[in-house]
Amino acid sequence: MSILIDKDTKVICQGFTGKQGTFHSQQALDYGTKLVGGVTPERGGETHLGLPVFNTVQDAVNDTGATASVIYVPPFYAADAILEAVDAGIQLIVCITEGIPILQMLRVKAAMAGTGALLIGPNCPGVITPGACKIGIMPGHIHRPGSIGIVSRSGTLTYESVHQTTAQGLGQSTCVGIGGDPIHGMNFVDVLSRFQADDQTKGIVMVGEIGGGEEEEAAEYIKAHVTKPVVAYIAGQTAPPGKRMGHAGAIVTGGKGTAEGKVAALKAAGIEVVSSPTDIGVAMKRCL
Amino acid sequence: MNIHEYQAKQLFLHYAIPAPDGKQAASPEGAEQVAKELGGESWVVKAQVHAGGRGKVGGVKLAKSPAEVAGFSRDMLGKRLVTKQTGAEGLPINSVLIEKTYPIKRELYLSVLVDRGSQRIIFIASAAGGMDIETVAHETPEQIITVPVHPAAGLQGYQCRKVAYALGLKGAQIKALGKIMQGLYDLFLAKDASQIEINPLIETDSGELMALDAKINFDDNAVEAHPDIRAMKDPAQEDEKENKAQQFGLNYITLEGNIGCMVNGAGLAMATMDLVKLKGGQPANFLDVGGGTSVEKVCEAFKLILSDHSVKAVLVNIFGGIVQCDIIAAGILAAVEQVHVAVPVVVRLEGTNAEQGRALLSNTGLNLYAADDLAHAAEQVVALAKEAA
Repeated sequence: MSILIDKDTKVICQGFTGKQGTFHSQQALDYGTKLVGGVTPERGGETHLGLPVFNTVQDAVNDTGATASVIYVPPFYAADAILEAVDAGIQLIVCITEGIPILQMLRVKAAMAGTGALLIGPNCPGVITPGACKIGIMPGHIHRPGSIGIVSRSGTLTYESVHQTTAQGLGQSTCVGIGGDPIHGMNFVDVLSRFQADDQTKGIVMVGEIGGGEEEEAAEYIKAHVTKPVVAYIAGQTAPPGKRMGHAGAIVTGGKGTAEGKVAALKAAGIEVVSSPTDIGVAMKRCL
Repeated sequence: MNIHEYQAKQLFLHYAIPAPDGKQAASPEGAEQVAKELGGESWVVKAQVHAGGRGKVGGVKLAKSPAEVAGFSRDMLGKRLVTKQTGAEGLPINSVLIEKTYPIKRELYLSVLVDRGSQRIIFIASAAGGMDIETVAHETPEQIITVPVHPAAGLQGYQCRKVAYALGLKGAQIKALGKIMQGLYDLFLAKDASQIEINPLIETDSGELMALDAKINFDDNAVEAHPDIRAMKDPAQEDEKENKAQQFGLNYITLEGNIGCMVNGAGLAMATMDLVKLKGGQPANFLDVGGGTSVEKVCEAFKLILSDHSVKAVLVNIFGGIVQCDIIAAGILAAVEQVHVAVPVVVRLEGTNAEQGRALLSNTGLNLYAADDLAHAAEQVVALAKEAA
């Protein structure tokens, strides 16, 4: 088994008829994702990419039985889209959108508390179970079904990890990009606990970066609860303090959130930390 | 996005947060005039730059006459101020803030920011004001008070009283601090701030509370929704290349090394810099060309890297997912047609349309090195930069 999604997961797309929504929905369909429809207000009743368009997420859920949604709406509409999905009972919400104001995400997270809905992202590549279901913008063709769970704050470093574990003949169980924003949905611990409980996953790659304290929390969690081998890489060792490195969340402030601190915490928890991003696959193979 | 102290204090005024009487000026004559209008016997002249640590390097001066205000302003205006927060080049002083002085009894600290751990807006306060708050937090954590605000409930009176009593305030000061905190909270929400810091918040001899300094950062993702804030942007306080990059939707940050890097994705861009360092080189920049990139964007990005004259070699590292490698290659070729490329370029293309991209680049007169392996590419670019240096 994989985590979060499998070949039977029914997915809808919010922002379905837009440029991004159209392009990535077609890619998902080509990959074999059970995309069952999409939502664009005022376009309900139309057909797009051969699938029904709905005015509201609730209509889409009622009609299709979808349990997952992927969001490609512009930043100032994304908070609304996430909460609409929560309200309609969607269990897994994947928000790709980059650039959502932090105060909006703060309110979204407070409003989601207690609803049981899971949020991946925002500002993330999405989630994929190779050969079964692709929700997001990652290139499907580099993935292979296999035994490695990958969790990462960065899109392209997820691809790099996928590429290397594929090259090592290991393949992936599920890959989750948790996103580069300071306030986001599922964190490392949420994903690690699921990998630990998943039979298909034999090893875990964790890719962190500067900013915040989630890698340190993950180190504590792994030490106490994860028995599977974990290989970690932390990006941003050369990043100057006080500068945002592309991701809104990738910033060292007041001496906190440094790569050194994260590497030290992970090593102290007995985790294999590679100093070069090119060694992720080799190290994972060695640790199995 | 950052703004100047005088702009922050203007915003404070709208939210009933008391600050010293003062006004900014862009000339010595203007500064002298401001001092005369303000009246009193002494004035502070403060260099307006987007950096802290001004006092230690002559960016804050106490003047005893309007003529002295003019003199200090003349010394500052048109110069660059180098503080521990600016880097060696410093920042240009294009205006000064002239303020009346007040007898200070105590210096306190008060700030409000988004705490990513608790996912709340939090207030941080301390009776140890006027100092670097990170040092206080490190050395005497018991002197720091933290109050998280629930977004649904908003800031409550008890939270303000808790801070006030912890700071040792009494009587009318309790209410005064509550008003300041509420003003800060309202301002924070209304303008999508990411951090507001008052250091120091002074208690005057007569017991008044006042923001002696003011620093506001805004959420870059929200600035578009606030034209009034956007209008306060001062490009002169920012890196020229970083400004230019922003116009083209590129994430660029200037660093001190000599190896230019062009990468797609923030994470991979950071990792590429780290790898260059690991192999014994020094990256000249962070540059993420982003996901939905175009030939034009890549061309501008490449020109931007080359405009840094310390660059001795360039490493292009692309993992094509949504980004297509042939578009990256076409962008590089477009840049080569527009500007002369004298430095060697190592290119690693992987993923979508990598073959086509490599083919495009192989038939050029460029000093080009194709690498299929990232580790090898990094070693190669470091060696080439060393040769050229």
